[in-house]
Amino acid sequence: MSHEPNSPIERGALSPCWSCKGPVIQRALFCSTCAAVQGPGVVDHFTRLGMPRSFDVDMVTLDHNYFDLQRRLHPDRFSGRTARERALSQSQAVAVNDAYETLKDPLKRAAYMLSLEGRKVDIHGTATIDDPELLMEAMEMREALAEAETRAAIDKVAARAEAQVLTCQCALSTAFGHRDLDRAGALTTRLKYLGKLAEEARARKSRLIRPVA
Amino acid sequence: MMFDIYEPGESPLPHQSDRGAAVGIDLGTTNSVVAVSTGDKPEVLRDEDGEGLVPSVAYYAEDGAVVVGAKARRALLDHPDRVVASVKRLMGRGVGDVKALAGTLPFTLDQAAEGGMVRLRVGERVLTPVEVSADILRAIKARAEAALGKPVDRAVITVPAYFDDGARAATKDAARLAGIEVLRLVNEPTAAAMAYGLDNAAEGLYAVYDLGGGTFDISLLRMEKGVFQVRATGGDAALGGDDFDHAIAEHFLAERRIRLGEETITSAEAKQALAAARVAKECLTSRSSGEWFIEVDGKPTRHSLDRDTFEALIAPMVDRTVALVQGVLDDAEALPEDVKGVVLVGGSTRVPLVRRRVAEAFGREPLANINPDEVVAVGAALQAEALTAGSDTLLLDVTPLSLGIETMGGIVEKVIPRNQPIPVALGQEFTTYQDGQSAMMMHVVQGEREMADQCRSLARFVLSGIPAMAAGAARIRVTFAVDADGLLTVSAREQTTGVEQEVSVKPSYGLTEDEMASMLRDSMAHAREDMTLRVLTESRVEARRSVLAVGSALKVDHDLLSPEERRAIDAAIAAVEAACQGTDREAIQAAVDGLEDATKDFAERRMDRGIRSALSGVSVDTLGDKLGS
Ligand SMILES: [Zn+2]
Repeated sequence: MSHEPNSPIERGALSPCWSCKGPVIQRALFCSTCAAVQGPGVVDHFTRLGMPRSFDVDMVTLDHNYFDLQRRLHPDRFSGRTARERALSQSQAVAVNDAYETLKDPLKRAAYMLSLEGRKVDIHGTATIDDPELLMEAMEMREALAEAETRAAIDKVAARAEAQVLTCQCALSTAFGHRDLDRAGALTTRLKYLGKLAEEARARKSRLIRPVA
Repeated sequence: MMFDIYEPGESPLPHQSDRGAAVGIDLGTTNSVVAVSTGDKPEVLRDEDGEGLVPSVAYYAEDGAVVVGAKARRALLDHPDRVVASVKRLMGRGVGDVKALAGTLPFTLDQAAEGGMVRLRVGERVLTPVEVSADILRAIKARAEAALGKPVDRAVITVPAYFDDGARAATKDAARLAGIEVLRLVNEPTAAAMAYGLDNAAEGLYAVYDLGGGTFDISLLRMEKGVFQVRATGGDAALGGDDFDHAIAEHFLAERRIRLGEETITSAEAKQALAAARVAKECLTSRSSGEWFIEVDGKPTRHSLDRDTFEALIAPMVDRTVALVQGVLDDAEALPEDVKGVVLVGGSTRVPLVRRRVAEAFGREPLANINPDEVVAVGAALQAEALTAGSDTLLLDVTPLSLGIETMGGIVEKVIPRNQPIPVALGQEFTTYQDGQSAMMMHVVQGEREMADQCRSLARFVLSGIPAMAAGAARIRVTFAVDADGLLTVSAREQTTGVEQEVSVKPSYGLTEDEMASMLRDSMAHAREDMTLRVLTESRVEARRSVLAVGSALKVDHDLLSPEERRAIDAAIAAVEAACQGTDREAIQAAVDGLEDATKDFAERRMDRGIRSALSGVSVDTLGDKLGS
């Protein structure tokens, strides 16, 4: 090629379309010349869904943007097209689903925001709790749940856990707002355990009315 | 420079209409239905008598003929050993799975088969469930072709949402054997929601309660302006209206044993009892009691049954569906009062107790203004139309069951949890547990249980060539990808060396490629022609995509070419178009390669121009936003 191979524009902004070989702006979903669908590229979840990078996600906008993207990128839109287009549409839809699932859920969102800042919070594993206050709380609530025999008693524990979850989410919003990442990290761990308790309470509730299969 | 924003679908590929019709097929346990949608209202395709249901029953006559539908069901009494019904219950099942069901199934299993897919003994033949399903699909295809007066070669086929990967793959194989290209496998409740929602402009959270002959599905969907987003789904792939019949039949047989003082029940008695039970179930939907007779070997018995007794017999099963409803509400973190409407699907939802329990569970009367037998096929037809003619509706479905890998001690490590929107691809890292371990067995399972042996085994494969390392040093990333049909592909990669393996999960109880190929050979001769045609069609689609791309480029950047260069490109385009008229796939490929060569310089000049104009001040960021949002 005749142009400067190391020009920043070439590296950062334009790449050839796989179909018509013309220039396509990176991050573009479709080629502006031949309309061919492009690959998903590497971009953070907020950018992908057109959301501002903030813990406070407006769910209505999130859903709206998600549906809009899937309307254009979902494999159902590419039935009868070339194998390459179908594969690209699938990877686009996968990327959009991944971004949506992460941003939709407060716990995943918080962990993801921390990972963008180079901090790791394990939200899947069973790391030990080193926050004594959280430890006490979790033990106490688990006991209350174990002792709850009636639907009403379980409902009470569940309601308490869910209220705690909401309080924790508000605190997370403040922490991220102040860019207090240490606090955000601690709150994310807390949210993980509170979420688990709320889930256990819900499961307990359905087991109460669910006959043993 | 002008940037038009194209939407896929705005520039449809030409020559799409030279294909046959695309239909929607509800391939049910008891009955199947086929429907079509072409612009106007979707329509169920019926026989001369106006009957839309095709009994999913196949009769393999002594003269080699295969009869499907009502005639086959009538043959059940005279030739019970030559008739196969309810084969859907065996799709994707292994011999081991079915042993537990033995006796409750209306067919004879081939005992010779050890491991692998179930085989049925039908007269002198041994058939797989895939072949029987293919015969049913052929009959459905023939009905559709007769009704439409043109060939039908593509379809959306519905499957229970709770069908596992093996059963989905088996359904796709059956369609392939029948010469039908599967445009998409769609979950039955999702198809029903689409038919209902589009017809009623429904908005909000809806539940679809689908109780068919052999399967139960419950899905919660959000419907909004043509978007059908499944929030959670659950069910039981082995619970259906057939179980109601069995409960009644057992009740009758217990009475008969006592009255005749008999110890054992013959299979003829069991079959008669089952037939009587089916009639009883239907009668008790509208009447409060009745009497039925079983007569075998000249020994008649009379059985009366009232609705209360009937309901007591089936209550445990209905309770189980209600428990599953509760579980799905929990998964979606929704309360019954959040649900705006409940759509009933499947013939078994006509049973009054089912309607009452559903109404109690949701605190509202279910919607009854749809035909529960036909709504799934109608939804499938709408989706077939959307996929072939384009549309604004969008189905966003989820994984019904968690997918994972067996790890040390038989514990399952989940890779994709249930209720994830599809398509989805997620990875998980695993490591070796012995020093110098060079291979690793991967066992892919599906299900919610913690132990692998309690989940459904989907596939086993070995990742070999792991370089010698200390235990725990290798990093093996296993990626599960589920496509929009709900089918899984697994790939594994050792991160430090890049050793890679991809397996498209041919389920443990599926057909191998060899078996599939030999079945294609044995079945209609033109099944193979269909395959060749499909490959040719794909080549043409690709060739036309190239011509279209060059055409768009010429429209924008034609001034970059000398008249001579332009003539060369035009000639290369003409060559591709000419090749596409023929049937030589290699010639098409050669012409496409020729076009690529002819436009190489042109492409480079276009890139240069793009970069120059970007450098000359067009803000790339704003363009990116415009295109990317
Ligand atoms: Zn292009």
